[in-house]
Amino acid sequence: MKKLMIATMLVGALALTACDKNSRFGDDAMAAGAGAGDFAAGSPSDPTSPAYFNQTIGDRVHFAVDQSTLSAEAQDVLAKQAAWLMENTEYSAIIEGHADEQGTREYNLALGARRASAVQSYLIERGVSPSRLKTISYGKERPLAICSDETCYTQNRRAVTVLTAGGAGV
Amino acid sequence: MMIFIRFLTLALTVLSFAQIAAPTALRAEPLRIVIDEGVIEPLPFAIPGFVSPGGESAQYAAEITRVIAADLAGTGLFREIPSSAYISGVTSFDAPVAYADWKAINAQALVTGAVDVSGGNLSVKFRLYDVFSDAPLGEGLQFTGTVAGWRRIAHKVADVVYSRITGEGGYFDSRVVFVSEQGPKDARLKRLAIMDYDGANVQYLTDSGALVLAPRFSPAGDRVLYTSYESGSPQIYLLDVASVGKVALGTQGANMTFAPRFSPDGQSVVFSLEQGGNTDIYAMSLNGGNLRRLTQDPSIETAPSFSPDGSRIVFESDRSGTQQLYVMSASGGEATRISFGPGRYGTPVWSPRGDLIAFTKQNQGRFHIGVMRTDGSEERLLTASFLDEGPSWSPNGRVIMFSRESQGAEGASALYSVDISGRNLRRVTTPSAASDPAWGPLQN
Repeated sequence: MKKLMIATMLVGALALTACDKNSRFGDDAMAAGAGAGDFAAGSPSDPTSPAYFNQTIGDRVHFAVDQSTLSAEAQDVLAKQAAWLMENTEYSAIIEGHADEQGTREYNLALGARRASAVQSYLIERGVSPSRLKTISYGKERPLAICSDETCYTQNRRAVTVLTAGGAGV
Repeated sequence: MMIFIRFLTLALTVLSFAQIAAPTALRAEPLRIVIDEGVIEPLPFAIPGFVSPGGESAQYAAEITRVIAADLAGTGLFREIPSSAYISGVTSFDAPVAYADWKAINAQALVTGAVDVSGGNLSVKFRLYDVFSDAPLGEGLQFTGTVAGWRRIAHKVADVVYSRITGEGGYFDSRVVFVSEQGPKDARLKRLAIMDYDGANVQYLTDSGALVLAPRFSPAGDRVLYTSYESGSPQIYLLDVASVGKVALGTQGANMTFAPRFSPDGQSVVFSLEQGGNTDIYAMSLNGGNLRRLTQDPSIETAPSFSPDGSRIVFESDRSGTQQLYVMSASGGEATRISFGPGRYGTPVWSPRGDLIAFTKQNQGRFHIGVMRTDGSEERLLTASFLDEGPSWSPNGRVIMFSRESQGAEGASALYSVDISGRNLRRVTTPSAASDPAWGPLQN
């Protein structure tokens, strides 16, 4: 009976990373092989750098539970994102929509798409060419913060504008 | 790697029985469990180790006996009497049964068997006895196959025993496709895997290079539909289980496709398609042709599931403002809302018997697996936890398997099953964390 496969439980072997991962340029996209450009992020004080976009302007906006409406605060960030993208036409962007873990998997996929699309529409309204903006939903598959309470959930209900190399017409 | 195995060459060889005339005066109620209402006290049964000519056969005999016993006891409907309580043993398959000895330990059912291995072939004979009627229940049967498929033969025997006592179809000789998970919550690796219903014989169908979600078996169990990020964005794929070959079911103009399920005839797929942030339900042939849009709403429509006769589709929509369940014709058109309780309802799955719809319910920060009739009446919640989701039906519509994720930074998902009575909640053992189980059909 040497062929018996006895399934064993993997107990407690899950390595955990720190909860706080702000401003990981391109990480979200690269983790999923979405093709983020591999270029230097530059300095947050250089207004033409991706680091400025990610940190000084802010690459993400947050949402209320089960909502995709853009708050005034979110609109403010997105207006600046749009202005930056209009100035720095050598970049395009993939907008990632995310949900927190409270929700079923497929619904959250659709909810993430709705959030990404809300950001995309806003940026287009503000003049960014639709050809430079793509969306992708990760639903609840890629939380940033991994605790199971509202302090983490608010960080996870987000849309992140991930810059990629290649501007209009590419 | 992906050997499977049509080995039940000789499925129903009826063995001869010496009809022992039972003293009919004291004949008890026939051995029967009616599952529907409140089986609280499991039926005690004895299963002495199956006899064998020794050697390799003896090893298989011992293992097969254990698998049959585990199948039966695992239903919660039966309770195995430990062999230490036995008064007499069984040393020959054809020797007369000492009913008095089994009655004395209150074994209401007795399963005896014999195992013989020769070459690469395995033969298993068994008989089921209704001890308090002093009589066999049904005829003896023999299953033969390859030794590699020994667990399947054991499950077949258990299915027959279960069916004869409950009058229901069995579910032990079936497989589950699921998502095997590794790694922390924020960098989780996922791959498709397949296993026997009891967690044995795990095989991986994809690598963990791309996120995969929510697989579904074809009605025949030979193919799997699922969602993968392989191309960069979520798209639906069709995978052949035997060859592990997969093909993307491309849909022009879609930003994302997901939530695919087979039609009952296995010829087409119903799924969700997202465009410009709006998700609706579509259907198409498995060759990618004949794309039809079934819902036209600005809300989220997803998680479709066919009725077993293929005439209707139950799905979830937030058109009312929150996730609720709706039923529409399989060709689309007007939908009728069927969920009205407090909270949100998602992931509806039509029972293979056609009588119930299983769902995930979210209410006041808790998740439940529940069932309701197909018109939404008689809602019953079967489970409650921090996060239960994604019910899938056993082939006989008696058991539901689902994902349960534990809370917190170290939270991980595991598979559980529960009887539709709400009893017998059990964890299904998997080699690592697991989610999104989809229970396949009874195998041939």
